[in-house]
Amino acid sequence: MKAAVIVFPGSNCDTDMFHAVKDFTAAEVVEFVPHTANSVADYDAIFIPGGFSYGDYLRTGAIARFAPVMKSVSKEAAKGKTIVGVCNGFQILQEAGLLPGAMKRNKDLKFICRTVGLKIENHNTRFTSEYAKGDVLQVPIAHGEGNFECDDEALQKLHDNNQIVFTYVNDVNGSKSQIAGIQNEEGNVLGMMPHPERAMEAWLGSEDGRQLFTSVYRHWREMNVVTN
Amino acid sequence: MVNVHVYITLKEGVLDPQGKAVEHSLSSLGYEGVEEVSVGKWIQLKVKDGEGLETRIEAMCEQLLANPVIENYTYKVEREATV
Repeated sequence: MKAAVIVFPGSNCDTDMFHAVKDFTAAEVVEFVPHTANSVADYDAIFIPGGFSYGDYLRTGAIARFAPVMKSVSKEAAKGKTIVGVCNGFQILQEAGLLPGAMKRNKDLKFICRTVGLKIENHNTRFTSEYAKGDVLQVPIAHGEGNFECDDEALQKLHDNNQIVFTYVNDVNGSKSQIAGIQNEEGNVLGMMPHPERAMEAWLGSEDGRQLFTSVYRHWREMNVVTN
Repeated sequence: MVNVHVYITLKEGVLDPQGKAVEHSLSSLGYEGVEEVSVGKWIQLKVKDGEGLETRIEAMCEQLLANPVIENYTYKVEREATV
């Protein structure tokens, strides 16, 4: 598996993401790819890390989605490649139209930075196959705008298609249906506000994020490595 | 060039956490009879006048300035008085 970690001006979780992929999957290649790159076609999995791309000016993710690299990300997403957006990465994927909904300010208007309970709603995905349905993970969140919003029709669709992958155990930010992470209809693009890449070592508080990365790798291996 | 004022607000029915906070704050300061406070953005642009001006402004709003998933936009074009 070849993995890319996209770096925008203002990304700040890129190094954590890089190490999560490198240390916990058997990816042969993990590389940082700058926002100016024209193509990510060489990669099997593309990770969009958190941060404050372009200073969150205008709206979170609104400027980043027009960075040159995003054209190629959209193209690869349409081909079925694995795309994972975390936090600001999720917001960018929404702005790019690769995932539904949008983020509002947290309901209490505070930036929330703490570890929260995260429930696996759907384990039949390429991102969560190594978890079990109903598993509750401890994963940090760090965002001011994670209040998931969409209209009723879009919300119904998310429920009907099992696109809701993660929910918060408690209502932390006002998100509709306590949504913390969703995938697209095709199941190859994931966006989540919590930071699995910050939950990789017990001595850092939690290692519950590991299986997200091993799930992604497992999917790639099952699709690409022929075993007898 | 004309001055264009773009106003962006959350769509009706979308709960506005900032508006609610301001509303509560006004009420705790003793201002009565204030309802439905909404907080939005105002963006001012100088745009070349001419054919298709409105279409161009609307395209800019749809593509970048507003997020049509949760936001509405309105705009006002201000032409300087000619002598």
